[in-house]
Amino acid sequence: MKHARIAWSGAIHDAVEADGQLLLTQGPHAGRRVSFDEVVWLPPLAPTAQARTVIALGLNYADHARELAFKAPDEPLAFMKGQASLIGHKALTKRPADVAYMHYECELAVVIGRTARHVKKADAYGYIAGYTVANDYAIRDYLENWYRPNLRVKNRDTCTPIGPWRVDAADVPDPMALRLQTTVNGQVTQSGSTADMIFDVPTLIEYFSGFMTLNPGDLILTGTPDGIVNVEPGDVVVTEIEGIGALTNTIVKA
Amino acid sequence: MNAWLPQGTVYGTLLNFRREWDLWTPRMTQDPHKAAPKAPVLYIKTANTFCPAGQKLLLQDGVSEVDIGATLGLVIGAQAQVVGAVLLNDWSVPHTRYYRPPVKFRCRDGFLALPQQVTPGQPQDWSALQIAVHRNGERVQTVDLRELMRDVPTLLADVGEFMTLQPGDVLMVGTDCLADGTRPRARAGDQVEISAPGLASVITAVGGAA
Repeated sequence: MKHARIAWSGAIHDAVEADGQLLLTQGPHAGRRVSFDEVVWLPPLAPTAQARTVIALGLNYADHARELAFKAPDEPLAFMKGQASLIGHKALTKRPADVAYMHYECELAVVIGRTARHVKKADAYGYIAGYTVANDYAIRDYLENWYRPNLRVKNRDTCTPIGPWRVDAADVPDPMALRLQTTVNGQVTQSGSTADMIFDVPTLIEYFSGFMTLNPGDLILTGTPDGIVNVEPGDVVVTEIEGIGALTNTIVKA
Repeated sequence: MNAWLPQGTVYGTLLNFRREWDLWTPRMTQDPHKAAPKAPVLYIKTANTFCPAGQKLLLQDGVSEVDIGATLGLVIGAQAQVVGAVLLNDWSVPHTRYYRPPVKFRCRDGFLALPQQVTPGQPQDWSALQIAVHRNGERVQTVDLRELMRDVPTLLADVGEFMTLQPGDVLMVGTDCLADGTRPRARAGDQVEISAPGLASVITAVGGAA
């Protein structure tokens, strides 16, 4: 099933995809169908009692590591993001006027389903609730070599669109063989496969749960393949992963 | 009364005390850094690090020693304004390289020791705060907030340039080092107390994996 979280009719609702529409699943309008264009799309995630842990990976595709002139890391290069950086499908992302290079990053996002600590690779899929698409924008002008990538590059307001759907893990038979693609104004600029991750999803869950507890609702953004290009105000960027969804975002002038 | 837990995201600030900045200065322009940091260097303490008042820090997964990180956490309210503050012990696995993000050093379970409650107030209330660090009853450090590189208003402005702090978020002003650049450390069996006038203390017993 494909789950969404939307604002419609003055309130926030959970919904699922049904025959090209959104079927509301709770609240006073449960059972009603609304069209995709009638709603505001929020990150497709249930609220968490405490701050959601958002882990993101750098250089997790061999080709992207090459593109950025780094040798592939021998352990995951991870950084954390604040959940306030997340925004939904069809949202606006701000590009500061004074920057030269801002790029998207199409990423498979893993949503943790149950508390994970010291999980073995072989058991890792049992801890995943589902998957969504994240676009982990970066503004390279602000890159500094201190806790790199630093938060000014990676934790900016509006710079992490996520969605539109959270797809149940059961509906994604092989998350390690999904095509990824990004288009800018309809032109394909990035394409790859999750098969080319350096550290695959089970390896990442074993790695992180080896020193920290992952809680339900936590996210792992698994990195991006090569094909990053600069985007400008007015550009429409669609990051898409086969079977998970197509996440649309529009760049605006800050 | 239930012990306090952060309602939002907790951010930490690196290299925000003059002593550590000065010790680093000769190396800042060398590889791999190439230049002194311009924007505040921040990190995130994820929710698994939250260790409510009264709970032990359990050293595990190969960690046998931790840096003590006495700091002031600014508690954020509406409009990204400071509404209160807390003392915190921002534990970390000792690390001397600041090139890559410190997830394995700072985001381990229990690595943010919390006080019982928040003290309401404004930033100027703590601009000359002296934070005492005691290990097993002996004073091992005094942290003086007059020594900040970016004082609280400057830090809030420079962070706010690229991200909006949300109600419930906490921004830690940084941790100081000792004269030799290290931080006081703790091991299993130690008890560490962070205290300062007018704020709830943070007292943590450190234990080891059985």
